[in-house]
Amino acid sequence: MTDSPAHAPDAHAPRGLSRRGLLGLAGAGVAGLGLGIAGDRAALAVTAPAAGTNAGAVYPFYATHQAGIVTPAQDRLHFAAFDVADGTSRAELIELLRDWSAAAALMTAGKDVGEYGSVNGPYDAPPEDTGEALGLPPTGLTITFGFGPSLFQTTAGVDRFGLAARRPAELVDLPHFPGDMLDDGRSGGDLCIQACADDPQVAVHAIRNLSRIAFGRAAIRWSQLGFGRTSSTSTSQATPRNLFGFKDGTANIKAEEPAALTEHLWVGSDDGQAWLAGGSYLVARRIRMTIETWDRTSLREQETVIGRNKGEGAPLSGGTEFTGPDFELAGRADEPLIGTAAHVRLAHPGQNDGVRMLRRGYNFVDGNDALGRLDAGLFFISFQRTPATFTAVQLNLARHDALNEYIRHVGSALFAVPPGAAQGSYVGAPLFA
Amino acid sequence: MRARLLPLVAVTAAGLLALTGCVANATGSDSPNGALTVDSSADACTLSAAEAPSGNLSFTVTNSGDQVTEFYLLAEDGLRIVGEVENIGPGLSRDLVVQLPAGNYLTTCKPGMVGDGIDKTAFTVTDSGDDVVVDADLDAQVEVANTNYAAYVRDQVAQLVTGTQAFADAYLAGDDDTARALYAPTRAHWERVETVAESFGDLDPQLDLREADLEEGQAWTGWHAIEKDLWPADAEAGFAAYTPEQRENLSGLLVSDTETLNEKVQELDFTLAQQTNGAIGLLDEVATGKVTGEEEFWSHTDLWDFQANIDGAQVLYSGVRDILLEEDAELAADLDAEFAALQSLLDAQRVGDGFTLYTALSPAEVKAFADQVNALGEPLNQLTATLVL
Repeated sequence: MTDSPAHAPDAHAPRGLSRRGLLGLAGAGVAGLGLGIAGDRAALAVTAPAAGTNAGAVYPFYATHQAGIVTPAQDRLHFAAFDVADGTSRAELIELLRDWSAAAALMTAGKDVGEYGSVNGPYDAPPEDTGEALGLPPTGLTITFGFGPSLFQTTAGVDRFGLAARRPAELVDLPHFPGDMLDDGRSGGDLCIQACADDPQVAVHAIRNLSRIAFGRAAIRWSQLGFGRTSSTSTSQATPRNLFGFKDGTANIKAEEPAALTEHLWVGSDDGQAWLAGGSYLVARRIRMTIETWDRTSLREQETVIGRNKGEGAPLSGGTEFTGPDFELAGRADEPLIGTAAHVRLAHPGQNDGVRMLRRGYNFVDGNDALGRLDAGLFFISFQRTPATFTAVQLNLARHDALNEYIRHVGSALFAVPPGAAQGSYVGAPLFA
Repeated sequence: MRARLLPLVAVTAAGLLALTGCVANATGSDSPNGALTVDSSADACTLSAAEAPSGNLSFTVTNSGDQVTEFYLLAEDGLRIVGEVENIGPGLSRDLVVQLPAGNYLTTCKPGMVGDGIDKTAFTVTDSGDDVVVDADLDAQVEVANTNYAAYVRDQVAQLVTGTQAFADAYLAGDDDTARALYAPTRAHWERVETVAESFGDLDPQLDLREADLEEGQAWTGWHAIEKDLWPADAEAGFAAYTPEQRENLSGLLVSDTETLNEKVQELDFTLAQQTNGAIGLLDEVATGKVTGEEEFWSHTDLWDFQANIDGAQVLYSGVRDILLEEDAELAADLDAEFAALQSLLDAQRVGDGFTLYTALSPAEVKAFADQVNALGEPLNQLTATLVL
């Protein structure tokens, strides 16, 4: 896997990036030497690992596939969708992607953004890097970019950047699913950035600086903070719990399944638009949970709705967490132990023509609503080779899932995630070639 | 009410521990000796102890066999079931929490869920000094409650049939004022028994689907489709009033689907758990749809539905209240008080025969409703665990 952790950052920075960046990289190559260079957080981490086990993990930005997909899911998320500003030209859009790529390469390597970083620039100028990550290790930061349908063509049919002909046929807004209560202000977007790290401050620092770089060219349309990953994307990770208190994503595609990644995750070179080969499609859904109602349902109802037991996460048909569910096994009155409306049944590949997706969601609690209920839920993120996978599964869930009584989809977005950028290039370059 | 939550959370799921009205100061004395394990294998049913002191007992039943199993705690006669856990898949564990007076019992497991159970073994509960009330003959009371509730459901649906016909007639005749006046009062009959109506597969979506619940291409029928036509003020730009043909189609389906519902409820009867869970379900409907004003999106008559859901929950609660008084008088007192508090909030919004429109409620008033629904919901959701083993 090209996304595997590397404790020495990439030694090749793109030209023209910054003197500051090159200095930092040189230092990081040899552990310890980088300590003298302000803002080289990767190097600092070598000698002073933070509390998390992944404190010093570094995932290179330049790779075959973008990092932040099969990368073992970090604990924290800051996700932002952007709209490109009116009047921005194609050349300016490309320039933005170049600037973002350069900054992302630096930040994921644990370095400050810009030539001078946080504290070494001209005294009478604002610092190039906002500085709140100074002294923090990169904690496995990944920055993943995506392109929304509206980048290629607005809903009014305008082709702002000469990209309409290169839009993949599947890259259109997701259909309305039964029960959707979507807020336009939390949906869609021309571009997206998913920043994940084990330290929330590191993830926020990434979005904050990338947003700053974009001012005048693109502005945040909506954003989402997430804590507590709700999926594991590697067999090395334990399965976490969502805010319903259940283990989630047990049957996820894992980094250790190369054949499944090829079949279900990465867009193939014959799938349509060649520029997207090696990329994927990202679906984001903000799913509000009515946890107050959930919390007063009986354990019996909770387990029946999910189809797994709450303690261990084993399917109700028996075994342990990773035992495959037996949807036929019947209990009393010949009713299947895993009910026909149970979430695990409806979401299972076996009930969906074998299709699989890689889920990478996070819990959120964004304060409370006017009724004093926590504005809590799951920020669902999935990656798949085609959005049709998500649509088929979600349609099945929206129609039948017993869980619908306790959830509400309030935000939705779809993005094409281009393949990783090559050294010296930028993310999405094949689209503009 | 808040105090009730603590012992429940601290110990396990079942509400029996909350029976503080019956158990003298159970705190502290029950936990060390209360936990027992049961190993249900292919051919044995092994308990970690053959006796335990009276009070709250917890059996953690682990299925070490390869078939679905059940565990039964039987009275001395080997017939009456005192407690049971069913549907334990291979490899899984499930807890049975039960309050037992001193006496002789039998335990047995039923791997494969067939036969009389294997390894029937004596189990003795010694007198711990805790006063555990022995169940009176509740069966008769439960039976009465079930019969009464079935009659109530039939009565409400019968009134719904009559009301729906009148509403459909007015709507079809183009008498929109009459149709609007009949809309909310007629729907009240539906909302009072909503959890029952929802149990009939497609009937519920055909009659009560909201626009947001549709999937692309799905035809919209039922009350809310007509509601939008009658109250088009909030409809999207370009929304066209329905044609006479559409009106005929929608009102015809509404009447015929309601008649189908009426046929289906004639033969219903209910278990105690269905009744207590029905009350809980109705309050959940209030909490998720009515308090938020999502149900009556066009007419804003959410408080009519709110009242009807509460009516239905109150009927269900009243039916089992005598049983509850014996089991847990404190919970009954809580529920009486919380139902009354919610009703007084609703009464304050009465206008003539109806209520204030949802859109005319202040945020503070909506918040007060939401808080009181939560206040009632917490004790109400203990009802099943308290009354049903």
